[in-house]
Amino acid sequence: MNALRTWSAIAGIVFSSTAGDVLLSRAMRQIGHVGELWRRQGLRAVLKAIVTHPSFLLALFFMAASFFGLLLALSWADVSLVVPATASLTYVTNAFAARLFLHEHVDRRRWISALLVCAGVAVLAT
Amino acid sequence: MTPRKYLVLLAIVVFASSGDISLSHGMKHVGAISAARWTELFAAVLNPWVALGIVLLLGFFAAYLSALSWSDLTYVLPATSFGYVLLALLSVWVLGEKVSLSRWVGILLVSSGVGIVTRGPSVTHRHQPELESAGDKR
Repeated sequence: MNALRTWSAIAGIVFSSTAGDVLLSRAMRQIGHVGELWRRQGLRAVLKAIVTHPSFLLALFFMAASFFGLLLALSWADVSLVVPATASLTYVTNAFAARLFLHEHVDRRRWISALLVCAGVAVLAT
Repeated sequence: MTPRKYLVLLAIVVFASSGDISLSHGMKHVGAISAARWTELFAAVLNPWVALGIVLLLGFFAAYLSALSWSDLTYVLPATSFGYVLLALLSVWVLGEKVSLSRWVGILLVSSGVGIVTRGPSVTHRHQPELESAGDKR
């Protein structure tokens, strides 16, 4: 029962963290190269474009949710389980989500890289 | 990928790792905060190490947003996972921790992942800066 509770929290963290990253990436992609925008219109325009973007605001919500989910999970289970499990699973879910929602071309090179990093993080953090 | 873009990726790694180390160092000074006295979390911000950690993590966030504006999420995430390796190495050099064989295996796996992804293209979608069309957001 405890394991179920912990893994549900881990699933929730992975979901909200992936949603946060994908939405952030979408917002920044739509805004465009911030360096060029800064040169053309100044820092204020960059900040305004970012903080008023709906995807950015939604991303903040999901990132906050994953942060509080992490605090909750840490009160139920060991940090040596929660942190590596969420960090490494997020690499894989991000690759799926980026392909599905951001239409990134996740080729074999990126899949191998995501899986190596996922395995490496799991080993490193245990 | 220009040298400046690699610098932004490096900034993500350095700011995130140093921010985490600074926060963790500060919170060790502050001590454990019980659920009943959660308002002490706000006072923790006044600790210089925690404050420095927050500033460093803001730097991380700015560099992360910048990188996402010109490259794919599936490029930025693995490319900057080198931070895990950096953290492990710092724990050896700065904190004098011993690194087990399994940890070296982890470092090798992450490094190979980083090496593989950074040899490929950083962007695979078509850039559509929509700002020119006056805030029209799909």
